Amino acid sequence: MLLRHTPSEIKERKALNVNPAKTCQPIGAMYAALGIHGCLPHSHGSQGCCAYHRSTLTRHYKEPVLAGTSSFTEGASVFGGQANLVQAIDNMFTVYNPEVIAVHTTCLSETIGDDIPQIARKAEADGKIPKGRFVIHASTPSYVGSHVTGFSSMTKSMVDYFARFSGKRTDTINIIPGYVEPSDMEEIKRLAAEMGVKNIMFPDTSNVMNSPQTGRFEMYPRGGVTVEALARTGDSSGTLALGKLASSAAARALDIKCKVPCEILDLPIGLNNTDLFIDALRKMAGVSVPESVNVDRGRLLDIITDMHQYFYGKKVGLVGDPDHLVALTEFLVSIDMWPVHIVTGTPGKAFEKRIREITREVPHEVNVGAPGDMFLFHQWVKNEPVDLLMGNTYLKYIARDEDIPLVRFGFPILDRVGHSYFPTVGYRGGMRLLEKILDALLDRKDRDDPEEGFELVM
Amino acid sequence: MSHDAHSIFEERKDQVLRKGEKPYRMTCDKDSLAGAVSQRACVFCGSRVVLYPIADAVHLVHGPIGCAAYTWDIRGALSSGPELHRLSFSTDLQEKDVIFGGEEKLTKALVELIDRHDPKAAFVYSTCIVGIIGDDLEAVCRKVAREKNIPVIPVQSEGFKGNKRAGYHAACKAMFQLVGTGDIQGLSPLSINILGDFNLAGEIWIIREYFQRMGIRVIANITGDGRVDDLRRAHGAALNVVQCAGSTMDLAQMMEEKFGIPSLRVSYFGVEDMAESLYSVARFFENHDPQIMERTRQLVRDELSILYPRLQEYRKALTGKKAAIYVGGAFKAFSLVKAFRLLGMSVVLVGSQTGTEQDYRELHEITDDGTIIVDDSNPLELSSFLKEKDVDIFVGGVKERPIAYKLGVGFCDHNHERKEPLEGFIGMLNFAREVHTSVMSPVWRFVPRRTRALGAAGLMG
Ligand code: SF4
Ligand code: SF4
Repeated sequence: MLLRHTPSEIKERKALNVNPAKTCQPIGAMYAALGIHGCLPHSHGSQGCCAYHRSTLTRHYKEPVLAGTSSFTEGASVFGGQANLVQAIDNMFTVYNPEVIAVHTTCLSETIGDDIPQIARKAEADGKIPKGRFVIHASTPSYVGSHVTGFSSMTKSMVDYFARFSGKRTDTINIIPGYVEPSDMEEIKRLAAEMGVKNIMFPDTSNVMNSPQTGRFEMYPRGGVTVEALARTGDSSGTLALGKLASSAAARALDIKCKVPCEILDLPIGLNNTDLFIDALRKMAGVSVPESVNVDRGRLLDIITDMHQYFYGKKVGLVGDPDHLVALTEFLVSIDMWPVHIVTGTPGKAFEKRIREITREVPHEVNVGAPGDMFLFHQWVKNEPVDLLMGNTYLKYIARDEDIPLVRFGFPILDRVGHSYFPTVGYRGGMRLLEKILDALLDRKDRDDPEEGFELVM
Repeated sequence: MSHDAHSIFEERKDQVLRKGEKPYRMTCDKDSLAGAVSQRACVFCGSRVVLYPIADAVHLVHGPIGCAAYTWDIRGALSSGPELHRLSFSTDLQEKDVIFGGEEKLTKALVELIDRHDPKAAFVYSTCIVGIIGDDLEAVCRKVAREKNIPVIPVQSEGFKGNKRAGYHAACKAMFQLVGTGDIQGLSPLSINILGDFNLAGEIWIIREYFQRMGIRVIANITGDGRVDDLRRAHGAALNVVQCAGSTMDLAQMMEEKFGIPSLRVSYFGVEDMAESLYSVARFFENHDPQIMERTRQLVRDELSILYPRLQEYRKALTGKKAAIYVGGAFKAFSLVKAFRLLGMSVVLVGSQTGTEQDYRELHEITDDGTIIVDDSNPLELSSFLKEKDVDIFVGGVKERPIAYKLGVGFCDHNHERKEPLEGFIGMLNFAREVHTSVMSPVWRFVPRRTRALGAAGLMG
């Protein structure tokens, strides 16, 4: 047993994180930056962080992930990283020719206190930034928040650096999709297009982190929001921000900067949250919902109806990021499942309150850890077993040791494919989630049922 | 196709060499250029991969969460007993710790860990930020060690203090604190330590079995399937057998200086190197045990008689195919060049993240004319070389895999993510099978570079 070292007796821990349910800010910033077309993310710190972030994103997406690093050495750590960053900017524009360099900091450069905008201005004054090219930045110290915070900050930077109001409002709607997969972003765009809503999505990693095999290595794949489109977000008539933690900062910044009103929703995971999204989009854009979207909705509802007896009272343990967990928990509760252990590594009081509200009617005690880690989660599971686990790949240790089926969901998924191509948002995403949940539960039932209870038709 | 000169930084010209074009001259051991999309990692990474397989110690990462999260069970180093090493322990430093210091938190974390898991030792890794905020790691470790009565060893692995190789050194220094503290009475004179093997996919078990058949006792595995008590007695061995020279050579040197234990450099990859490794160990012990050479020869004969017939199949299919190699340490590249030769394949590109001057000189000697030799490369360079040389398989690590696949080139992970043992005689067979599986996969018939070459208009145009 891999986790034989996990005792079931729970003691309060103050100083120690065991088996984290989060990771650090820069990786989120790097992922967001990859959602700008022609962007090269840059890690301002030592080499190691950057190598780790790239490797982890590569393992999750099975795509090449490129990013520069300031390659701090001892000197830079004492005297600051200005020289490194200026040189890096110069080198990157010369050799890799990106349209945008998106700089994020690391714990190291944050602690030293490097002032990135000032360094970027210096690079500009020295003529290191070619005309029509840009350097943007987000501050991402990992001793605050988590990878979601980093994603949020880089997304907000897109507004800070590029959005402007030209004086003329358009009927375009901005959609900030949240820290979701490229497939999810694609699905959200598809829904908006289906409804005839002109939109700008940012960041947009579709066709970047799920690009096809073309026989070429493309440093800058086809996808990503363009700088030009980012500028136009200031003219849009509204912003829909999905996922409070990942998207509200950018949406609010756009409201303040360019007076674009925003609405902040939960991620459109599950029936209810997708309804809310479609409804908000409909109202904001002044369109009506086409039949095709209604059909999708009806199909999702149909699956829930057909199979509802298998969901009832099933206990689930969830580990993930706050925005995902809020929406997912709501979905699970709405189909009569009981999420009983819920852990996120990302700190935040509001999260626990939301989860408590959503699970109010669940006829079972609900454990919420925010921030918690997977060690604590495992102890909860030991004390109160569940029927299903949902979360990232790291849950497979617990799934194996406790012999509980696992549905992979969230970040990172290091051992399966699918997440970059098939969404979990929208009605179709809901159908996919249900298929996965049912497969896991019913495969287990088929495996475990006694012979006389083994059924052909379910 | 000529190579794309734009993808090489002007300053990097001396880190790339084409054998035969110019006399040997190569710069290496340079810090990466700022802004280069380097494939290199940091000091901490180096220390972590070397020490983490010690399975009955706790490994606590003192720093913000990321450094720990990314190294959680990253390597698949197997253990036959405890598996403490597969858990991730971190002090998860927060803003207030960065401002006021993290020593108190570290102390608490250590005490808690030791109380709960009762480990044989604790390793405490410092990360970049700890180097900046100035926590006195040594003092904390000393205090907790006294209190808990187990070795608590600081690993000075601040990321910015060099590259991975500096991390290896820090790891060796940390391990050296244990060596010499155990009881060595009654150890056989025919005994060795295995250094520089991390038991990926169970490799060290294969190697140990060979030594056993030769009549040699293995005292300490350093560090695959490693144990603290074995390390403590490691000075009782007559010989250190060192693989992956980069990572544990320093420890061998320290042990030589302090305990007079000589060392041998070996490699367990490929038939020639594997056999020669066993022979060199046998030669070392010949005075003690005159029969050992014959036993070793027999062992090699037995293994080869199983291996060769099965290898021929693969060789037939693979002859004439081209391979590219880009690995962390150069030592592995030597064995790989030879292994590919055994399969009838030619190596057209070879490079490493952290090779030394001597490494590259040797590589230059053993490779064919026209082979590209490269130090600390980046994806653009690598992809332009792969295309230029039209290779059939690329051997690299996690960051290289998707590049190869996007180009429509086969891939073999010879690094952390290998799933089958590649060491030993059986490992050569596994390697051949893996190479064969990838090179001969029908998928390449559909990739654009092949369909284009065939002039098949079809889907790809
Ligand atoms: S130092 Fe900070 S940014 Fe770098 S890997 Fe560690 S937590 Fe992440
Ligand atoms: S912070 Fe330093 S030690 Fe940690 S991963 Fe980054 S470079 Fe390595």
